[in-house]
Formats: sequence, structure tokens, C-alpha cells
Amino acid sequence: MAGIGRGRSGSPSGGAGGRGRAGDDKNKDGKQGQRRGLFRRRKVCKFCADKIDDINYKDVKLLSGFVPERGKVLPRRISGTCAKHQRGLRIAIVRARQLALLPYASD
Amino acid sequence: MQRTYELVYVMRPDATEQQVADLHTQVEAIVSRMSGTIGEQSEAALAFSGRRRLAYEIGHHKEGLYVLEVIHGDGALVHELDRRLKVTEGLLRHLIVRVDESQTKAERARAKRTEESRRRRTARGLPPDRQPGEGPQTDDSDDSGDDFGVEAEV
Repeated sequence: MAGIGRGRSGSPSGGAGGRGRAGDDKNKDGKQGQRRGLFRRRKVCKFCADKIDDINYKDVKLLSGFVPERGKVLPRRISGTCAKHQRGLRIAIVRARQLALLPYASD
Repeated sequence: MQRTYELVYVMRPDATEQQVADLHTQVEAIVSRMSGTIGEQSEAALAFSGRRRLAYEIGHHKEGLYVLEVIHGDGALVHELDRRLKVTEGLLRHLIVRVDESQTKAERARAKRTEESRRRRTARGLPPDRQPGEGPQTDDSDDSGDDFGVEAEV
């Protein structure tokens, strides 16, 4: 028991680990502080929240919210759309593009 | 097998009323020849149809005349219609999409949701349908939870 205890406290790696951990904690705190400053809202899938069951290619007003200036489809990690609805959204956007309701590319 | 499709075509902006009507009768002729029917013009279809700005230029045109039709028929009809539209003059774009499946799916999802909410409400001892004046009102309630201090209601 005592031997193990001495070994732990005496080993340089243990000490370094301890210090390292302390440093990590500091970093973590710093990050959390930043996050707190930048109020981050929980992302919710718009289609789940608004109960839109059928994502229609004719609804340009709705779709254009998911097409940034460049004309690409807004990624899920930014819009917060769930996988199921992102799939439907993509299909709707592609159809709308064919009919020149939405741009393929624009700048 | 009878299915429901939506046909959208975009005509050149300089097409006359006569040309629009002609194309419509042509489509109708193909549909009826292939034992299909054209659905009633719904309000949504009328709202969608008409002159619109194109998102990108097509053959130097910046606008297009959009027409939406609902067609009941089978796959062979759609095939023939697509072939004919491809070679039609004065047409900028066309698109045929099957809609019956997604409509039934959406309906089912809606039914499931209402059923679920009714079940939950009865479990909580409430009447199954929402009463007037209950819960968040539609005009002032939304997802923006950051109106400052406005929520302080007495």
C-alpha cells in the first residue's frame, strides 16, 4: 500500500501528469468562459419544430432559407436540420434548381 | 397503375396566351390518349403558376411562364409526356414529379402526430383537442426566447 503510494507521488511522470491535468482544466475553463460569452442557442430542426411533413420544391420562400448566397445547400451542422429532413430538403432544392427557382451557383 | 404526378413546365416569357393554351391542350390530348386524367386546378397550383423571375438565365431569358398541372395516370403516360415535352419548342424547362407517395406519407405523419397528442392529452386528463385560448398563442409565441424582459407578465 505504502509502496504504491510512494511510487505514485515519487514518479516524475505522475507529477507531470498532475501538472498537465491542471493545465487542461485551465484550458477547459477558458473555453467554457468563451462559450458562455458567445451565447450559443441549441439548434433545432426547423422541419420537426414547424411540423412540415412534406418539403415541397415549389416553396421557394422556405427553401431559400437553406441556400446561402453562394447557392450551395446549407450543411446540417449549421442549420441543425435532422438527417431525415435534410435528405428531403436536398431533393427539394435539387428539383427547384432544375426549374430555375433556385440557383445552381451564384455570386 | 394509377398514380398522381405533378407536371411543371416553364415557357418562354414572350409566349402568347394562345401558345400557352395550345400547349395545355396538347398536354391534355396526350394525357387523355394514354387513359389518364388532369386534376382540378387547385388554389396552390394557381398561386404557383404565372410569370416568375428565373434564378439563372436560360437562353438569355430572365423570366419564365410557369404552369403547374396535376396528372393522374401511369408510368407509360409520364414517359410519353416527358418525350413530347423534350422536343416541344418554346419550352425552357419541365419537370414531372410523383406526388401521391409523399402526400400519403405526409398525411400519415400528420395523423400519427395528432393521434399521439390526443393520447397524451387524455392521459393527462385533458380533453383530447386543444381548447381555444389554451397554450402559447400563435401570434406572439415563437422560438425567439431572447426578448429582454418582455416575458415579465403580471
